[in-house]
Amino acid sequence: MAESQGNSFARALWMTEGRARDLIPLLQAAQEAFGYIPERAMESIAGLTGIPVSEIYGVVTFYKQFRLTRRGKYMLKLCDGTACHVNGSTDLEIAVEDALKIRRGQTDPDLLFTLEVVNCVGCCSLAPVLMVEDETHGTLNPRKVTTLLKKLRTEAKSS
Amino acid sequence: MIRQIVVGTATCGVAAGANKLLAALHDFVAEKKLDVQVTETGCIGLCYREPLIEVRENGSRKLFGDVTADVAKKLAAGEGGEDVEKCFLREGDAVDRDGVLAGQKRIVLSRCGVIDPASLDQYLETDGYKALRKVLGSMRPAEVIDEVLKSGLRGRGGGGFPTGKKWQFVAAQPPGEKYVICNADEGDPGAFMDRSTLEGDPFSVLEGMAICGYAVGAGHGIIYCRAEYPKALARLRHSIVTAERNGYLGQNILGSGFSFDVHIKEGAGAFVCGEETALMASIEGRRGMPRFRPPFPAVSGLWGRPTNINNVETFANLWWIILNGGAAFAAMGTERSKGTKVFALAGKIQRGGLVEIPMGMTIRDLVMKVGGGVGEGRTFKAVQLGGPSGGCIPAEKSDLPIDYENITATGAIMGSGGMVVLDDATCMVEVARYFLSFTQAESCGKCTFCRIGTKRMLEILERIVAGNGEPADLDRLLDLGEKVKQSSLCGLGQTAPNPALTTVKYFRSEYEAHIRDKKCPAHSCNALVTYSITDECNGCTLCAKACPSKAITGERKKKHEIDLQVCIKCGRCIASCNMGAILKV
Repeated sequence: MAESQGNSFARALWMTEGRARDLIPLLQAAQEAFGYIPERAMESIAGLTGIPVSEIYGVVTFYKQFRLTRRGKYMLKLCDGTACHVNGSTDLEIAVEDALKIRRGQTDPDLLFTLEVVNCVGCCSLAPVLMVEDETHGTLNPRKVTTLLKKLRTEAKSS
Repeated sequence: MIRQIVVGTATCGVAAGANKLLAALHDFVAEKKLDVQVTETGCIGLCYREPLIEVRENGSRKLFGDVTADVAKKLAAGEGGEDVEKCFLREGDAVDRDGVLAGQKRIVLSRCGVIDPASLDQYLETDGYKALRKVLGSMRPAEVIDEVLKSGLRGRGGGGFPTGKKWQFVAAQPPGEKYVICNADEGDPGAFMDRSTLEGDPFSVLEGMAICGYAVGAGHGIIYCRAEYPKALARLRHSIVTAERNGYLGQNILGSGFSFDVHIKEGAGAFVCGEETALMASIEGRRGMPRFRPPFPAVSGLWGRPTNINNVETFANLWWIILNGGAAFAAMGTERSKGTKVFALAGKIQRGGLVEIPMGMTIRDLVMKVGGGVGEGRTFKAVQLGGPSGGCIPAEKSDLPIDYENITATGAIMGSGGMVVLDDATCMVEVARYFLSFTQAESCGKCTFCRIGTKRMLEILERIVAGNGEPADLDRLLDLGEKVKQSSLCGLGQTAPNPALTTVKYFRSEYEAHIRDKKCPAHSCNALVTYSITDECNGCTLCAKACPSKAITGERKKKHEIDLQVCIKCGRCIASCNMGAILKV
């Protein structure tokens, strides 16, 4: 698994023309492959594009999408857009924190869950919303979230 | 004719379970060997009724909402029943049972929820690519721009700049490499118009971009889309390939000699990249920081070349304007705001969803008639328009006809179309704090007032919400707000104080209650409320178990009590209670 992950980034490096404009797509390829941006990936990109690592680090930290630490199997994106906020996303966040014992931006020790709080996933009429990977779960409340997380944990452990 | 079952699988439909429904339908049809065709469509706008299914048979179309797997199977099998009746919403193009579709005029959304967004054939059957054919076959570029000018179309991303004028500037630049950028970096929280358009009718945006490219003399198009919209991105990728294969994009489009290609650029999660110069910096591979204008993108944009940037909704209007004429578009709306506008209705509203109304409808009609008002027992207090750059318009002012000038006069902005409805349980100070925390975090840091001023404003608001506000705080907030507006380079900083300024303007008494009386009139701010358990309590002990500070005590099956000295007001007890017996007062 790990090898094939690295391969997709290696392919992206091989395919690129190495222009400055390719920086963000390359970083996205690295994140797609590893789940975060390892230091080595920044170095490889620097070598290829001629952009200094320091500048790449600046770009990585500027955009919210990029992570510098490993992520769990499930990326939880808790929406805190306006509609979700007025419909109780803060209570959901407390429920997730209680259930997983992690705070926003953190990953649990089993590397199962990473919690991120995002601005808006555009599902406002089903607020409040939680995205698990690319799947959106709507009209949640603290209890439904706890059940959902339990289910995911069991699924992950049995697979 | 075989029966067609169409499932709405836009993101909100999927969130409500449309994919499971789709899988169940496919299995059921295969198992029973039914002569039924199961297809997908985009967002029809009745998001509060998701998942939605339309049944098409012998020329009739029936729409059903809140569909369960059982109902879906009955619909596929052509059976009726009480549960099926309960889900029925409308037949054909009639107004739906709830009346949401009354008063709407659908141009941008005309195909959303009707056609299969992945099907070029269905797009062509619904007048798709007729406009591009007409433009390439019989119009000169200047004539296209004239038609857009005549239509009075203004930028739907929020700025409201006349689209035709923008095109004129780009067209007037010497020929050579030029770019057309579609801004799909829909960053305003509470807005999902562009996502729905891209998911429900992606070809219309591509057609609009090609028309624009022809008019301004550009050969390359780029769509800058948020990475948070995986479905929209997938649909776009598919549509671009399909359009290229069929000669509607790429070299020598429809044999006219005009060439135009489109590439997708995924955003990386920075709100400020919705600003045009920041967006271009991001495409060029740098940090998305805005720069000083002039030079405007029309003169020196992407890679220093003339560039035309429009929003998704702006592009999605073009096919209609070309086919029906600018005058027909200009016949709708108010004196200075023409055509229709798509709004994403959300928040404390009964029937949230995606609506497209002619400019000039009042806010009250939109909220009460189209959206069905706020929840039972609640009062409509305000609408928040334009996201973090916008402001709150109080219910008393909601007889205002919606157009760019009217909205701006209130201190809010039209914005891209996110309309979040607020009721009496929403604290306006907390709303202002929420938006300031957003803009403060999203400020790119280039301008001092935006970087530090928004931080100081946020601190003041946090103080007020926590019950530590001082009488002088309001003046500080207003003074700082004006300075941030005046001293920032781009739209983010220039508008960031709006939520705070408009709430102080219209809800000053709420601020004063927080500061002077240490009370939150909406009973929302945790520091300023106390928790209490009502007689509804059945003594189930769930709250006592949930309480992290052990402030709740009581015997099983007897009413519990909260020790207010120990209570940390975290809200876990309320979340745990099945009876709704814990109140904030």
